[in-house]
Amino acid sequence: MGSLHVDQVTVEFPLGPNTPPVKALSNVQLEIQQGEFVVALGASGCGKSTLLNLLAGFLSPSTGQIKLNGNIVAGPGADRAVVFQKHALLPWLNVIDNVAFGLKLRGIGKSERHEIARKHLKQLGLEAFETHPVYQLSGGMQQRVGIARALASDPEILLMDEPLGALDALTREKAQELIIRIWKESSKMVFFITHSVEEALFMGTRLIVMSPRPGRITHTFDLDFSKKFLAGADARAVKASPEFIGMREQVLKIIFGDEEASGGDHV
Amino acid sequence: MSEQKKPPSNPFFGSLFKIKPTKPGEVYGVPGQGDSLLISAISALCLIGFWSLATWAGWIKPLFLPSPIAIFNKFVQVSTEGFAEKTLFEHTRISVLRVFGALILACATAIPVGLAMGMSRVMRGIFDPPIEFYRPVPPLAYLPLMIVWFGIGELAKVLLIFLSIFAPVAIGTRSGVRSAAIEQVHAAYSLGASPWQVLTQVILPAALPEIITAVRIGMGVGWTTLVAAEMVAATSGIGFMVLSASQFLQTSTVIMGIFIIAAIAYAFDMLMRFLERKLVPWKGHA
Ligand SMILES: Nc1ncnc2c1ncn2[C@@H]1O[C@H](COP(=O)(O)OP(=O)(O)OP(=O)(O)O)[C@@H](O)[C@H]1O
Ligand SMILES: [Mg+2]
Repeated sequence: MGSLHVDQVTVEFPLGPNTPPVKALSNVQLEIQQGEFVVALGASGCGKSTLLNLLAGFLSPSTGQIKLNGNIVAGPGADRAVVFQKHALLPWLNVIDNVAFGLKLRGIGKSERHEIARKHLKQLGLEAFETHPVYQLSGGMQQRVGIARALASDPEILLMDEPLGALDALTREKAQELIIRIWKESSKMVFFITHSVEEALFMGTRLIVMSPRPGRITHTFDLDFSKKFLAGADARAVKASPEFIGMREQVLKIIFGDEEASGGDHV
Repeated sequence: MSEQKKPPSNPFFGSLFKIKPTKPGEVYGVPGQGDSLLISAISALCLIGFWSLATWAGWIKPLFLPSPIAIFNKFVQVSTEGFAEKTLFEHTRISVLRVFGALILACATAIPVGLAMGMSRVMRGIFDPPIEFYRPVPPLAYLPLMIVWFGIGELAKVLLIFLSIFAPVAIGTRSGVRSAAIEQVHAAYSLGASPWQVLTQVILPAALPEIITAVRIGMGVGWTTLVAAEMVAATSGIGFMVLSASQFLQTSTVIMGIFIIAAIAYAFDMLMRFLERKLVPWKGHA
C-alpha cells in the first residue's frame, strides 16, 4: 500500500536582502493513501503549485519533510509523474514516442516500450494517432498524450497542476470523466490542482482548500461524487444534484471569503 | 464616448499598415502581408532589361559594364577554356571545398562549446572573453596575422573562415540551450531522466532550430570571408578569379564571377532551408 506524507512543511521564498521572505506554505500537513484522489483548491497565490513542486521534488521544503512510502523525497523521480497545464510534450517525437519517453530513459527496448505505450494510448482513446506529430493534435488530445506519458512510467502518484485549465468546457468535462475512470482502474494516488470548484468536487475523494499569506490548508472535505459517477450515474446529473450544488456554494463562500480578506486582488 | 475615431487620413500609410478592413485571407493590422514573388520577378526582369538597353544604346562603355549577352558568353568561355589554367568549375569547387571544410570544422567545435557555455557558468566565463573579443573584428583585419603564422597555403584560409563561422555558431547554440521550456525539462526529470539524458534528449533537440539558424548565418559569413580572403592571398578560387580579372580590366569576367558568388550563396541558403524543413519540421509549432 503506497502512501505519501507531507509533514509540517514550510516553504519560504527569499525576496532580497531587505524584504522579508514570502511564506508560500506554512505548516502544511497532508497524507495521501493508495487509491485516493486529492484535489486542491484555493485563491491564486495560495501555494498550490508550490505544494505540487514539493511533492514532485523540484523544490525542497524550508522545514519539514515529505515521504513517499516511508522514503524521504529528495528530488524528482519516476515514481511521481507530473502532468503540467501546458502539456510539455516533446515536439520532435511523435505521439507514441512521447508516451514511451520515460520508458526509453530507463533503457527499455523499442518494441517493448511501444507495446506499453500503445496500451496507454488505447486507454486514452488515442490509438489512431500513434504516428502523428504532437503539434498537430488539439489541446485536449495533447493533454491526453501528457497523461498517457505520465501513466506509462507506472508511477505511485500522479501530480497534476491545472491539467484541464486550457480546455474548452465540453472537452474539459469529457477529460474529467476519462481521468476518473483511469484513476479508478489503476488505483494510483492522485494530487490534482484546479481552479474550478465543480471540477474539484466532481473528481476528488478528498478536497483541500488552501488560503494565501501564508499559504496553508484551511479546510478538508471528504467527497463521494466521483463514486456516484463511477457507479453509473450521469456526470451532469451528479453535478446538478442538490448535495453537489450545496457543497459547491459552501466551498465558493470559503474561497470568496479569502479573496475579500486579502483585499480581493484579482489578476 | 459615442464619438468614433476617424482612421488616419494618409492613404499610403493606411494601405501599408492594412488599417482598412482586410480581404479574406489577410489579417487586419499586419503590415506587409501577401505574396511578392511575381513582383520580384518583374523587378528582376526590369533591371536586366534596363541593363540591356543601357549597353545596347551605348550609354555605358563595355569596359565599365558589358552587356548581359557578353557576360553569358564569358561564362561559357571560362567554363570550357578556363581562367588562369583552371576552369570555372575548378575555381568554384576549390572555393566551395574551402568553405565546407571550415564549416564542418566549425560545427564540430562551436556546437559543443556553445552547449557547454549555455549549460555551465564556468564554461561561459572561460569562453566569453576570447569569443567576444574577436567576434566584432572583421576577418580581413586578422588575415595578415594568419598569413604570418600559417603562410599563404590552404591552412591560413580555412582557419580564417573557420574563425568567422565559429563565433556565430557558438553564440547561436548557446542561446538555443534556453529554448527548452522549463516544463519539458521538469517533465523529463520527473520521468526519471539523468542530467545527461536531459541534455541529449531534451535540451539538444529543443536547441536544434536555433543551431540550424546559427549554422545558416555562419555559412553566409564564411562565404563572404572566403571570397575576401581569396582576393588577398590565393592563386585559385572564385574570389581570386574576380580580382585578377579586374587587374586585366576583364570586366565581363568580374561581373560573371560576382554572379557565380551570388548564385552559390543563394544555393547554400536554399540547402540550409531544405535541411531545416527536414530536420526541424516542428519549428514554429512548439
Ligand atoms: N520562485 C519563487 N520565488 C518567489 N516567490 C515565489 C516563487 N514561486 C512562488 N512564489 C510565491 O509563492 C506564493 C505561492 O505561489 P504558487 O505558485 O504556489 O501559487 P498557486 O496557488 O499555484 O497560484 P495559481 O493558482 O495562480 O497557480 C505566491 O505568493 C508566489 O508569489
Ligand atoms: Mg499554480
